[in-house]
Amino acid sequence: MPILDELKAAIAKRLPELDVVIGWGKGFDALHHTPVFITSEADLDKLELGPLSVQNLATYLTRYPKTKKIGVVVKGCDSRSVVQLLQEKLINRENVVVFGFPCEGVVDLEKVKRALEGQGMEIARVSEATFQGERCTLTTGGKAGSLPMADLWADKCNRCQYHDAVMSDEFVGQRLDRKAEDAYADVAAFEAKPLAERQAFWQEQMSRCIRCYACRNACPLCVCRDQCIAQTREPNWVSQRTGVEEKFMFQMIHASHLAGRCTECGECERACPVGIPILLLKRKNNKEVLELFDYRAGIDPEAKPPLLAFKVEEEKINERGW
Amino acid sequence: MSKELRIIGFLCNWCSYGGADTAGVGRFTQPTDLRIVRLPCSGRIDPLFVLKTLTGGADGVLVSGCHPRDCHYSEGNFYARRRLEMVKRFLPVIGIDPGRFEYTWVSASEGQRWQTVVRGFTEQIHALGPIQRFGKDAAATAAQLAASHA
Ligand code: SF4
Ligand code: SF4
Ligand code: SF4
Repeated sequence: MPILDELKAAIAKRLPELDVVIGWGKGFDALHHTPVFITSEADLDKLELGPLSVQNLATYLTRYPKTKKIGVVVKGCDSRSVVQLLQEKLINRENVVVFGFPCEGVVDLEKVKRALEGQGMEIARVSEATFQGERCTLTTGGKAGSLPMADLWADKCNRCQYHDAVMSDEFVGQRLDRKAEDAYADVAAFEAKPLAERQAFWQEQMSRCIRCYACRNACPLCVCRDQCIAQTREPNWVSQRTGVEEKFMFQMIHASHLAGRCTECGECERACPVGIPILLLKRKNNKEVLELFDYRAGIDPEAKPPLLAFKVEEEKINERGW
Repeated sequence: MSKELRIIGFLCNWCSYGGADTAGVGRFTQPTDLRIVRLPCSGRIDPLFVLKTLTGGADGVLVSGCHPRDCHYSEGNFYARRRLEMVKRFLPVIGIDPGRFEYTWVSASEGQRWQTVVRGFTEQIHALGPIQRFGKDAAATAAQLAASHA
């Protein structure tokens, strides 16, 4: 049975006990899936699953009261967000049903756009997209072009260690049991540049920020919402001025508040309308968390996030070493 | 030492602020670059204080609290230690020398140690020189970089 049908069957089975199930459905064009909210069996036809199912639907879990019974379809990386939310008691285990599947990966539409431009095609005009094994076939204006999938996977998929959901109540399909390496080479490469160049890089990048806070709103672990300190006036952490310092201050807030919690779903960066590579800041913190505390966020629902804990004798902190 | 730089010290009320006071009472001379902000506990120090201060133009930030196991509130400095270590390690990725931020422990009786800490840290900041303020002359910096790559 195709995996989508298996998923539909699994959801149909659990639907009677749930208020809503969140999955992906067809979007506004051939290259987009959009979140769909399933409340009846008739809605099941809307479901889609595949390399365009990019959104991390765990983001929606904290938008409902904790008493609602919610089902959510998750990729491996998204499942870590659910686990992290459980670790922080932001959701109720009894009221959430997790549907997992073996995720092959998602495409980075920026890469699709660039690849198409390379062939003189426009992404906005793609009327049909099919993904088959190693290749992706795209039709624009009656003309079909084919691109190798290897060039299109999101960066996070190329270093994915959790294709299969780390936690699920219903798992459909065969586990992939695949695991790439991730030694944070991107962070190391960036930090090999001179300090002034790193600062100039962020200044230049952040000068494009329009302070839409899409990065925050897409993040499954940014749960303060209306209480976000970026928008409080007392204290006034970030002023209304439009300087690059204000914009960057927000990214430092986001990175700091996600330290030891960020599950690297990459949604912050994907949601950014001006393509600022802000995942790098979060990966930097994750690299340090891994080195210092031997910890990855969102793996074990019982584990305590390292910045909510301490040891009287810290093994790897040398606080007097300067 | 050359022209005074701006160093901000976040000190806990119970140990380090007392330690700085002891140093003053004992007339241990110190460089005058440090401006002290007194806080109830090192656990009150939000890592964002450090980031905001450094990107806001301070040349250095020093945090000092009670020695581990001596916290007035038992655990404040234990939590602080993890957060402060994280913020120190974060600085390089945003292009700030991690040497501009240090944290340490000084008790109320350690006037001498306070003098050593302030002298050492002030020297370290002077060796690094004034900070390049984030966001200031962004265009000029970018142009300069572009030129150096050309
Ligand atoms: S990172 Fe892994 S689980 Fe997440 S979308 Fe990519 S392949 Fe799927
Ligand atoms: S900070 Fe970005 S990568 Fe991390 S959990 Fe939030 S959206 Fe995902
Ligand atoms: S999504 Fe991008 S443009 Fe919007 S606030 Fe975040 S960094 Fe700025």
